[in-house]
Amino acid sequence: MKIKEVKEYLDAELLCGDEAELEKDVYSACGSDMMSDVLAYVKDQSVLLTGLVNPQVIRTAEMMDMICLVFVRSKKPTPEMVKLAHEHGLVVLATDKRMYEACGILYSNGLTSKGVKKR
Amino acid sequence: MSEALTLHFDVNGEDFTSAGQASVRFKKNMRELGVDPEIIRRASIAMYEGEINMVIHAHGGCADVEVTEEAITITLSDKGPGIPDIAKAMQEGYSTAPDNIRQLGFGAGMGLPNMKRYTDDMKIESTVGVGTTVTMRIDLPK
Repeated sequence: MKIKEVKEYLDAELLCGDEAELEKDVYSACGSDMMSDVLAYVKDQSVLLTGLVNPQVIRTAEMMDMICLVFVRSKKPTPEMVKLAHEHGLVVLATDKRMYEACGILYSNGLTSKGVKKR
Repeated sequence: MSEALTLHFDVNGEDFTSAGQASVRFKKNMRELGVDPEIIRRASIAMYEGEINMVIHAHGGCADVEVTEEAITITLSDKGPGIPDIAKAMQEGYSTAPDNIRQLGFGAGMGLPNMKRYTDDMKIESTVGVGTTVTMRIDLPK
């Protein structure tokens, strides 16, 4: 799935990222408000869905080599967080959908938690 | 890379929002050295967890990194309260982090277990009232 499809499926607003970055492929995703769990269970996942808003979300995504961050439940990152995301080359999206629904939509369209990056 | 490369990072414990900056810089340094991305990720996550721990529990500290041809060694040192029961602290889900830290997405009791999981060796030396030193080694492929 391309990031632009993630954006379309979730009817999301683009807060950070350009056209070229929206063309990037993503293979798997995870959803959590606990960054500790994200750091514990994620392997090679490229999209993080979260309702948590603080700079650690951006740094956690960066540590995990993720390329797309989706804020759910109408949460909006601060301008400082967007700036940090931009520095790390992360695409940031925001959707009004709740976590369960947002994850369900992506999963049912083929973005599972077990995708394997083609090398 | 015949001689060991050493890096030093101070971890500011005053402000949780800045926690993780040392790990971000470390990750950038490792990329510049051309270390394998999978190894960089493991090492960075381990250091990030350790850095967060130092900010939550010990008012900050410092991280010293040594890179040789064989391994990356990360030593995290703080002058915090120390860990009274290391075996308990190593249990997944056990946490002494306050509620305000949980609201920030951490304090699930996964920090130390994650650090062990992502490294090839981890040693914790801690004295209550004096501080804690965590040494982690990640082997590099020959």
